[in-house]
Amino acid sequence: MTNKTIYALSTVNGKSGVAIIRVSGAEALAVVKKMTELDVFSLKSRYAYFTDLKDIVSRGTLDKCLLLYFKAPNSFTGEDIVELHLHGSKAVISSVIKNLSSLENFRMAEAGEFSKRAFYNNKMDLTEAEGLADLIDAETSEQQKFAIRQMEGSLSNLYETWREALIKILAHLEAYIDFPDEEIPDDVVEKLLNNVFKLQNEIKQHLESDNIGERLREGFRVVIVGAPNAGKSSLLNNIAKREVAIVSNIAGTTRDAIDIHLDLKGYPVVFTDTAGLRETIEEIEQKGIEIAKSKVSSADLVICLFDGEKENISIFDSIKELFKNKPIVVANKCDKLISEQCSQLENQGCLPICAKTGEGVEVLLNKIYEEIEQRFTSNSSVLITRARYREYLSDVLENLELFNLDKEIELSAEDIRLAARSLGKITGRIEVDDILDKIFGDFCIGK
Amino acid sequence: MKNEYDVIVIGGGHAGCEACAAAARMGAQTALITHKIDTIGAMSCNPAIGGLGKGHLVREIDALDGLMGRVIDKAGIQFRILNASKGPAVRGPRAQADRKLYKKHMLEMLQAQENLDIIEAAVEGLLFNGEEVSGVILADGKELKAKSVVLTSGTFLNGVMFVGHKTSIGGRIDDVTCVGITPYLKSKGVEVGRLKTGTPARLNGKTINWEILETQSGDEKLIPFSYLNKEITTPQINCYITHTNEETHQIIRDNFDKCALFSGLIKGIGPRYCPSIEDKLVKFADKTSHQIFLEPEGLDTDVIYPNGISTSLPADVQEKFIHTMKGLENVEILQYAYAIEYDFVNPQELNSTLEIKKVPHLFLAGQINGTTGYEEAAAQGLVAGANAALKALNSDKILYVDRSMGYIGVMIDDLITKGVDEPYRMFTSRSEYRLFLRADNADARLTEYGYHMGLVSEERYSVFKQKYDAINHYHELVESLFVSPQELETFGVKTKKDGVKRTAFNVMSYDNVSRETVLQIWPELFEIPEDVYEAIEIEAIYAGYIKRQLADIELFKKDEKLRIKEDVDYKKIGGLSNEMVAKLSKVKPSTIGEASRIPGVTPAAIMAILSFVKK
Repeated sequence: MTNKTIYALSTVNGKSGVAIIRVSGAEALAVVKKMTELDVFSLKSRYAYFTDLKDIVSRGTLDKCLLLYFKAPNSFTGEDIVELHLHGSKAVISSVIKNLSSLENFRMAEAGEFSKRAFYNNKMDLTEAEGLADLIDAETSEQQKFAIRQMEGSLSNLYETWREALIKILAHLEAYIDFPDEEIPDDVVEKLLNNVFKLQNEIKQHLESDNIGERLREGFRVVIVGAPNAGKSSLLNNIAKREVAIVSNIAGTTRDAIDIHLDLKGYPVVFTDTAGLRETIEEIEQKGIEIAKSKVSSADLVICLFDGEKENISIFDSIKELFKNKPIVVANKCDKLISEQCSQLENQGCLPICAKTGEGVEVLLNKIYEEIEQRFTSNSSVLITRARYREYLSDVLENLELFNLDKEIELSAEDIRLAARSLGKITGRIEVDDILDKIFGDFCIGK
Repeated sequence: MKNEYDVIVIGGGHAGCEACAAAARMGAQTALITHKIDTIGAMSCNPAIGGLGKGHLVREIDALDGLMGRVIDKAGIQFRILNASKGPAVRGPRAQADRKLYKKHMLEMLQAQENLDIIEAAVEGLLFNGEEVSGVILADGKELKAKSVVLTSGTFLNGVMFVGHKTSIGGRIDDVTCVGITPYLKSKGVEVGRLKTGTPARLNGKTINWEILETQSGDEKLIPFSYLNKEITTPQINCYITHTNEETHQIIRDNFDKCALFSGLIKGIGPRYCPSIEDKLVKFADKTSHQIFLEPEGLDTDVIYPNGISTSLPADVQEKFIHTMKGLENVEILQYAYAIEYDFVNPQELNSTLEIKKVPHLFLAGQINGTTGYEEAAAQGLVAGANAALKALNSDKILYVDRSMGYIGVMIDDLITKGVDEPYRMFTSRSEYRLFLRADNADARLTEYGYHMGLVSEERYSVFKQKYDAINHYHELVESLFVSPQELETFGVKTKKDGVKRTAFNVMSYDNVSRETVLQIWPELFEIPEDVYEAIEIEAIYAGYIKRQLADIELFKKDEKLRIKEDVDYKKIGGLSNEMVAKLSKVKPSTIGEASRIPGVTPAAIMAILSFVKK
């Protein structure tokens, strides 16, 4: 617990030739044991191994990588180090990091932690340490905070409201503990239960809905909806035909749903066809439509496809409330329209294509790519930052879930304190003075 | 009286008493200089010791063989464990004190202390040998030399008292002030500021209608503060409770303009947790009543301390509003409430030994460092006194209680790294290791260390050894006894039937299992003395959480061990921004841990300093 094994991406995140993930700590070899077929016992220090890197659970290959092993104490940190030299794609990096985070006693390194360990183990000389200071500066929490504020105002607001919620919960608990002789209402602690549950739920939902890492591994879900004759299949076929992109195509579980996995300029994307949307009383078809609706509501991006010749956008009115994000509206069969009609459609925000001939499909794919790029946020540091945030938020949630009023109150308070400590790593430390300010603001204390 | 001492302590308050006793225990020839022997150990405000956080401090002082715990055990007239219904980590021992008994027993203990002279005199100034302090100058011009000086001036440095708009000079009612020292400190570049505190009126108990008031009694079972004491023999009394009402509030509101506090006359900052009654009315305007405790100041006195109505309103307004309260309709006011403003030194000027960095051999303790409270003062006194002795005796050791060892460490670390915005008071919420820093185990945390530092007597050490030999012995025993979930069920204890055997230690931690049940399962545990059983049970309750805290503590200790030399020039460290250089140069942290707790110091800066430490 004291000395967890730590890992971090040591190279700049994003597309690059090679990406290096460094793992340091007593249990670094767990990576070799759990994620490769190499024999740990015959592994030589300071030798490079070319090996497949496997997903711990599915055993699917994540990447072919070069693995280097540095046995303690002959390493940068003085601990066992395993270095993974990967192909520099976001999907690969993210999936490997996700795997590492699931290993027992592993956690993502804090800013400067490798160097700190190196220092503790007498592995660093003066010039190195001085040079490192600047480097680490870029990763201090203040800068992270700045980055997040710049890029995602809403997210920063969300975290800030959680911080305030935690301060209030903690302040009321601490007031109840530290001021027994004061007129603190008896039900002050019970009233907190709801606040804790509410916070738990919000964080849980946030973690579930915003799983970038998972999306990168499993693919960004694009669902195509439209009336039965709108040309969904032709569109899919056309997309699938672009061989550069195809990874696999697997028949779906329902008769009329097909998934196509492809790599869109570095991002894994899953296209899903759906049953045609229309009013029907036929039972099987109705079921198909229900499935389509549920797919739409869980999709990262929806493409609304309609027959540009015979239909108009209003056919999607009935499913509007299902969209999580703004859909891309596409008018098919534009080869049958005159150019004025096409530009009229464009003015309505529609993209005119012809699925059969492939006209406009490239533009559509580009649009999808831009959408993904924006959604995932292309900036590399944010991705890493957010992976770190996920870890902290999971910690917060874990501690909040331990909270109840059946144990001693100081233990319940301890759960909240630990939650606050983890959240503080994102939002800035929650200091005792923040708590005291709240206590003296909310309760009339003192004699 | 000699002409030369190892340590001279100025001031006979709670800080001064512990400081001189600690220095003398360490073997230093020590003098305590007070302007009035009669006021040694005086409780200038609330006649009570302990509480949450504060009670913890008293236990820690006692664990280091200090005086406060033993004195209050003799002077306490109402003992209560606060938070008795909550867990042991947040229980705080508290006792109402008989003022006279407290002073009497404190003086007796000091008089019995070897290596200690008590001198009645006023100190006019300090002697210097170059930059270093080398003694004191008394009012009659006499000079006393000392290798270390501990200054515990309380509220006496430029003390000004306020009753309404009327001001008077003095450090306490009917007392003098001390103006000589501040200029010395300022001339050495030491940052000095003003703080404010206050004390309520005193009432004549004979004129209170006790019959109609709510009673607050002490605990049935009296638990002493000191680990050396087994019982309390002083007679016990009750306290009483009354309330302010709408009429009280109206009178106070009508006279807001006469408060020294609101008229801008008082500039010093007061503690938020001791608000004056006018403060409370402003901040919580919708509250129609506030609770007031009526606390007797002793067994053979009629003086009553009304806890909850400190004020800076003028005398005539005090007369009016006090008489509106139930039971106080005809009360006679013996002394009016007053506010007091005094000089304090920014504690960021201090080392962890409480020596001023800019004035070697001068140590500060108590309110002068920006704290409030007898217990906070006493704890600092002990640390300053012990370190003053070590320095005087040319030892290269320092007495250093870190944040993981005790509230003493939490307080001193907070003071020297963060400074103060208001008078600092201890709360359990200030400690990150609260489950470990308990009032019940202060001896386990500190006595061994104190003994090796030469601060703890043989007598106390052997009591301590005996206690913990027994605890450790039986702790091992209960961890070696097993029971299965099925067997447990035959004793009426339901647990998860996972086939995993539980130790007696595990079972002791269960909420629903009493000591009787444990003894039924393992009759061999009958021989465990009750207090030993209790100590092990507490360990059991917290075991899971403590394990995690101990892991945190281990990490914390690593940074604490990396010391930074005092003469480091932060400007010469590459990679530090100007802002960092300014912050670090001001506080001059003595360890990497301290540096990292200075508000605003970044991890990058810490890395840069680390590299320097290494060099």
